[in-house]
Amino acid sequence: MSTRTPSKLEKILAAGHLAVTSECGPPRGSDPEAITRKAEMIKDYVDAINITDNQTSVTRLCSLASCIHLKKMGVEPTLQMVTRDRNRIALQSDILGAASFDIYNILCLSGDHQIFGDSPQGQNVFDIDSIQLIQTVRLMRDEGKFLGGDEIKRPPQMFVGAAANPFADPFEIRVPRLAKKIAAGVEFIQTQCIYNLEKFELWVKQARDRGLHEKVYILAGVTPFKSAGMAKYMKNRVPGMDVPDEVVKRMSGVPKEKQAQEGIDICVETIQRLKEVEGVKGFHIMAIEWEEKVPEIVERGGLYPRPKGIDN
Amino acid sequence: MIVAEKKPIEEIIDYVKDFQKLLIAGCNECVTVCEAGGKKEVGILASALRMYFMNEGKKVEIDEVTLERQCDHEYLEEIRDRIDQYDAVLSLACGVGVQFMAEKYFSTPVFPGVNTCFMGAAEERGVWSERCQGCGQCILGKTAGICPISRCAKRLLNGPCGGSTKGKCEINKDLDCAWQLIIDRLKELDRFDEYEQIMPIKDWSTERAGGPRKVVREDVRL
Repeated sequence: MSTRTPSKLEKILAAGHLAVTSECGPPRGSDPEAITRKAEMIKDYVDAINITDNQTSVTRLCSLASCIHLKKMGVEPTLQMVTRDRNRIALQSDILGAASFDIYNILCLSGDHQIFGDSPQGQNVFDIDSIQLIQTVRLMRDEGKFLGGDEIKRPPQMFVGAAANPFADPFEIRVPRLAKKIAAGVEFIQTQCIYNLEKFELWVKQARDRGLHEKVYILAGVTPFKSAGMAKYMKNRVPGMDVPDEVVKRMSGVPKEKQAQEGIDICVETIQRLKEVEGVKGFHIMAIEWEEKVPEIVERGGLYPRPKGIDN
Repeated sequence: MIVAEKKPIEEIIDYVKDFQKLLIAGCNECVTVCEAGGKKEVGILASALRMYFMNEGKKVEIDEVTLERQCDHEYLEEIRDRIDQYDAVLSLACGVGVQFMAEKYFSTPVFPGVNTCFMGAAEERGVWSERCQGCGQCILGKTAGICPISRCAKRLLNGPCGGSTKGKCEINKDLDCAWQLIIDRLKELDRFDEYEQIMPIKDWSTERAGGPRKVVREDVRL
């Protein structure tokens, strides 16, 4: 595929490499080192780093400022943007702000409901939804226009991504929903954490049956378990997460001190298996507050070294 | 209908404790149907307040009335000749009725006796749930007759989100996922392929966002 933006991530995917992205959650404070320290640990092992946008509706240092910190250290950021907290004025304004720092990747999300976070009594906005945010960024980039129709001077140049959760219900609309995001203009997808490999492979197969894998780059999402407790928590408490019993059993079956290693092993095995799936174009490694393990996962997953000489 | 809930008695007492003569005004419409502010509830509240004032050793006179509607001049006018007898009115109508009462009787304090909740339906006896947020631009024709604005916690026009689990919403296991309902009904209507049509960005100017709204019908004006 040809490229449309200066994004390094896009270039790597277009060149046919398996891409590797990861993510960092910003701190609940203003210390920039909380970001740069995490980024420093993983920057040579990934092509771009997502910065989450007040994930789980807990107030944190903003995604845009965090992305700027990454940019300053020469790391390619992916700006995550949820439609929960900002109306179309603020969304477009922040997109321009990001573009002014030459941030070239954006991930369009609706965002968790605020009831899960630190401000359950707050309002939500949802002026537009994630699919409409995809349309918005594409309009701004491709036509150089605001939603209101006016011209944008120096439009944003962003590679447009979105999330997909193959495991949420109802399953039958998961591929149609992907098709809908593609129709809206999405160019890459990062999926929800994959533990149920059969179901994920079925989803990719159904996407392939419609030729969708040739219209969008799908990056498979993986998250290593730190413990059997985390596996159980993800299975039972996190909406839209599918952790099969045998995975929980496998984590519980090893002594506590070896569970972290078991979690990494499962993650590496997942990558090795999914690398072979037609339509999977890379991996999105979400090592939640466990960034130091990303290099090991990337290396053992056979994804290291990262392609050299590809830049904005 | 407009669904309301009775306010806690403590809050009501706090509003009216310093008055000597009160009128409790119910409404015969929505709040009667949802059993929050009809004749029956007026009577119960009046008794509770009388008891309270008696225990406090206060002599407070409480009258009761239930109007056909509190959102119409015609019925509100029925108490004009006696409104001046009262130090305050406790209206058990919805927020519309309370305000219309306050507008009409400008020099009489009016307090709300219910919390107005939403526009909804009676699912079963004692259970009411939201169906409409009055966005001013109905999209039910495109969503299989189920409103994602009032029934999806994120009011997603292109849902469901990734939190839809076994037909339920991520914020509450007792809440149906509106998009699951939409999809089920699209299938029932043999219109499932319409799911892939992208719902365009909504013009919210006909909703609350556009400021207080007004409908003027020249054809029916006097």
